[in-house]
Amino acid sequence: MKKIVKKHPLAIRWFHWVNFPVLAIMIWSGLLIYWANDVYKVGFGDKTLLKFFPDSFYKAFNIPFRLAEGMAYHFVFMWLFFINGFAYVLYTVISGEWRYLLPNRHSFKEAWQVLLHDLRIRKAKPPQGKYNAAQRVAYSAIIVMGIGSVITGLAIYKPVQLWWLCAICGGYAFARIIHFVLTIGYSLFFVIHIIQVILAGWNNFRAMITGFEVEKTKDDIPVVPSSLSEAVPVAQAVPVTQAGPDEEQPAN
Amino acid sequence: MANFFKNLFVRNSKLTTDQLIVKKTIISFFFFFLLSGAAFWGWKWLQGQSSDGAFGSGIKPPLRTVLNKNEKFFNNWLSDKHLAKAFPLSAAAKNVRVNGDLGLGNNFDPATWKLYVIKAKGDTLALTLDDIKKLPKTEIIFDFKCIEGWSQVTHWGGVKFSDFVKAYGLTAETSMKYLGLNTPDEEYYVGIDMPSAMHPQTLLCYEMNGQPLPMNQGYPLRLIIPVKYGIKSIKRIGTMYFDNERPPDYWAERGYDYFSGL
Repeated sequence: MKKIVKKHPLAIRWFHWVNFPVLAIMIWSGLLIYWANDVYKVGFGDKTLLKFFPDSFYKAFNIPFRLAEGMAYHFVFMWLFFINGFAYVLYTVISGEWRYLLPNRHSFKEAWQVLLHDLRIRKAKPPQGKYNAAQRVAYSAIIVMGIGSVITGLAIYKPVQLWWLCAICGGYAFARIIHFVLTIGYSLFFVIHIIQVILAGWNNFRAMITGFEVEKTKDDIPVVPSSLSEAVPVAQAVPVTQAGPDEEQPAN
Repeated sequence: MANFFKNLFVRNSKLTTDQLIVKKTIISFFFFFLLSGAAFWGWKWLQGQSSDGAFGSGIKPPLRTVLNKNEKFFNNWLSDKHLAKAFPLSAAAKNVRVNGDLGLGNNFDPATWKLYVIKAKGDTLALTLDDIKKLPKTEIIFDFKCIEGWSQVTHWGGVKFSDFVKAYGLTAETSMKYLGLNTPDEEYYVGIDMPSAMHPQTLLCYEMNGQPLPMNQGYPLRLIIPVKYGIKSIKRIGTMYFDNERPPDYWAERGYDYFSGL
């Protein structure tokens, strides 16, 4: 027996899919800007482990000598990025969706269990719900990161007029570092997000477009916690859904 | 396959769960691809725009339209009370970065240099460095910001542009919207909106680290304008003029923001 269960409201699907290309354009145009002063690297002492970015990377994405163009795109699409993000936060607050998204007091412990489970270290599956604990932490963190990008971005954009904002960010040069690190964060988020979506499968992915998930239930088995199932007479259980005859079933 | 499309026109209540799932999925994906296509088309349209223009070549006109609005919007914050942060003398770099030599070549003769202030047609002031140096001196130590993304705390000395205006009776001229500055060889040139030029930290600068400007920093006189990116701090000013139209600007012609305000 299958059952259609509403998962993502239309508004959230819009915000999600608008954000995807807009953030991509922000990261790309950000690279065009960063190239003009590409001083960041990871290493210790004189040893460089990772240079942001190798010339081959710049070449592959046609980055060099496009600073003016990068600034133009960045300072146009920043509005879409901001408005979409702001509307999303506003929506989650007003609709009550925030209840599924904000971590609660169990989340941080459970998020750890999700990680161990996903890495095949821990067998037991942590509670999923609409979003599991790791998702709650990740999806809330990404909003904090977004706010951080807007604040540090404004601090770099108008460091004299918004001098107080620049000061909060630890000065001009440090604000630029935070802004950059947050972008690396988005890129890592994106990679993990894609892997998780692939692992979670079609039903989960479809929900981000259609809004619903398909739940499989068995007709006669009551949906009750296993510890209670012996105590509850089977006959009292009511099937969760009623569905028409399965004639003319389209091939999936 | 035919059932797929037939079911699109059957009421939901008449469908099995499986049929309903397929119907809803098809409809949602149809709109998803339609909107993705529209977004992609919008991007292609933007890419297809010609980017040649009097101002800001290399930048697509629709982008430039928004950028001009940005300038107006963020100009609301521009205030003589908003100052670039001042640093202690000890923070000033001894080795000041040199990042451009446009307008500094072409057999410049320091002995014959004068600052030409074009007040009106046929009414030009010709000032020597001493004429400028005798005005009250202002020093500033601030974080000089290059549009490339680097910044450096540097120490400059000169006369406030607003003091210069008062001393040489240019108040009427500065009621115009823009200030134009060119190098003596006219190879480099900037246009600056008057409120930014009159900002209390804007200097006609003749000293760096307490010494006369080095040649590569624009000897004998350059602009230091902390409320803008370094591209506006023109080295070696030869002529100064005033206009209600935007004066030509070297980097704006190459796609950079005309205002370039910080």
